[in-house]
Amino acid sequence: MEVLLGITGKDFTLIAASKAAMRGATILKVSDDKTRQLNKHTLMAFSGEAGDTVQFAEYIQANAQLYSMRNETDLSPSALANFVRGELASSLRSRKPYNVNLLLGGVDPITHKPSLYWLDYLASLAPVPYAAHGYAQYYCLSLLDKHHQPDISLERGMELLRLCADELKRRLPIDFKGLIVKVVTKDGIEVKPFDEDAVVRGT
Amino acid sequence: MSRRYDSRTTIFSPDGRLYQVEYALEAISHAGTAIGILAKDGIVLAAERKVTSKLLEQDTSAEKLYILNDNMICAVAGMTADANILINYARQAAQRYLLTYNEDIPCEQLVRRLCDLKQGYTQHGGLRPFGVSFIYAGWDPQRQFQLYLSNPSGNYGGWKATSSGANHASAQSLLKQDYKEDCTLKEACGMAVKVLSKTMDSTKLSSEKIEFATVGQTKDGKIYHKLWSAEEITALLKEHDLAKDETTEEK
Repeated sequence: MEVLLGITGKDFTLIAASKAAMRGATILKVSDDKTRQLNKHTLMAFSGEAGDTVQFAEYIQANAQLYSMRNETDLSPSALANFVRGELASSLRSRKPYNVNLLLGGVDPITHKPSLYWLDYLASLAPVPYAAHGYAQYYCLSLLDKHHQPDISLERGMELLRLCADELKRRLPIDFKGLIVKVVTKDGIEVKPFDEDAVVRGT
Repeated sequence: MSRRYDSRTTIFSPDGRLYQVEYALEAISHAGTAIGILAKDGIVLAAERKVTSKLLEQDTSAEKLYILNDNMICAVAGMTADANILINYARQAAQRYLLTYNEDIPCEQLVRRLCDLKQGYTQHGGLRPFGVSFIYAGWDPQRQFQLYLSNPSGNYGGWKATSSGANHASAQSLLKQDYKEDCTLKEACGMAVKVLSKTMDSTKLSSEKIEFATVGQTKDGKIYHKLWSAEEITALLKEHDLAKDETTEEK
């Protein structure tokens, strides 16, 4: 019951991830951060098999930072997405593949264009305007289909996220303990306050 | 005295020099001249092709200018056989980067990869250094048009206009005199043939004796590189009144 959401807008990319760390039906932690910052302009959210997720994400993060150190420049979100896809593809064909699904969002350091990439454990890669992983796909993609526009402002982006969060709270059988929301702009990455106490009534 | 330190590339001489590396640099200064000029809308590379014998079959393809990838070319000064090894390495490195990141390799990174390889031969035992200097012309989104020069020691630098090979000192001072900031690609081409005509033995040039290549940008922003054909070179030489007279050529 992990939730990953991503939305791009005019000059930003929003990434949201559920805060519950679960083992089976048990919630172990309510303030889990399923995202890693790869460089100044790129953020990656991950879900999947416990252990694999953090291991893989931090491996990618280390490689991204090594590149930045060696070359005194950051990889673009698109270059990183293709690198991650390559790593997942070779992992998939190994004896013990990583079972990780990812959203990779960022803003191009040169053109300042926002972008979002959807990746799954089978090493599919798709550039998308908005994306979801897990059960969130069933509940949120239809909402975003209806309301998303490519040139929306950050305020409108947050509104859409709230819409999605409400729907998830209404429909999901297990509490995912709210969302941690981060925004990537040309100035970097920051955590956005997100109202987690809003009570949503069932239909 | 120096003999004792000649035979091994990895040994410093008592006055702190690496003779084999210096000899490699010396070998390059006997090769045909190569020059590169950076303009605001492109880069021009030009090289002198030494015609060794009239009997030798004239190679129509370029032998001193090479394409490295979609947005980079280079000019060679030095031993062509050594250069082939390095160019093959550079092309592989560029394609490997493209495969990994789905983006073209930034120019300086490719230059550095080659220079790391060159440097290795100044340090590891038993092998001689590569006897080639390269002039690289390329474009990448971060730093736009760029011109680099590298030599056998593994050092490299970015330039606005540079030269390598025979008479490179006089070519360099000519470039220093004539270079204008913000010149166009067309002006740079003119400057390139003028400098070459002064550094080469004969004042009148012909398309058999020089090679020419440019990197530029089309109106819709796409980067192109072009190795010039003999006809295009002849036209450029005529325009600058440097072409060999047709009648004298007949003799």
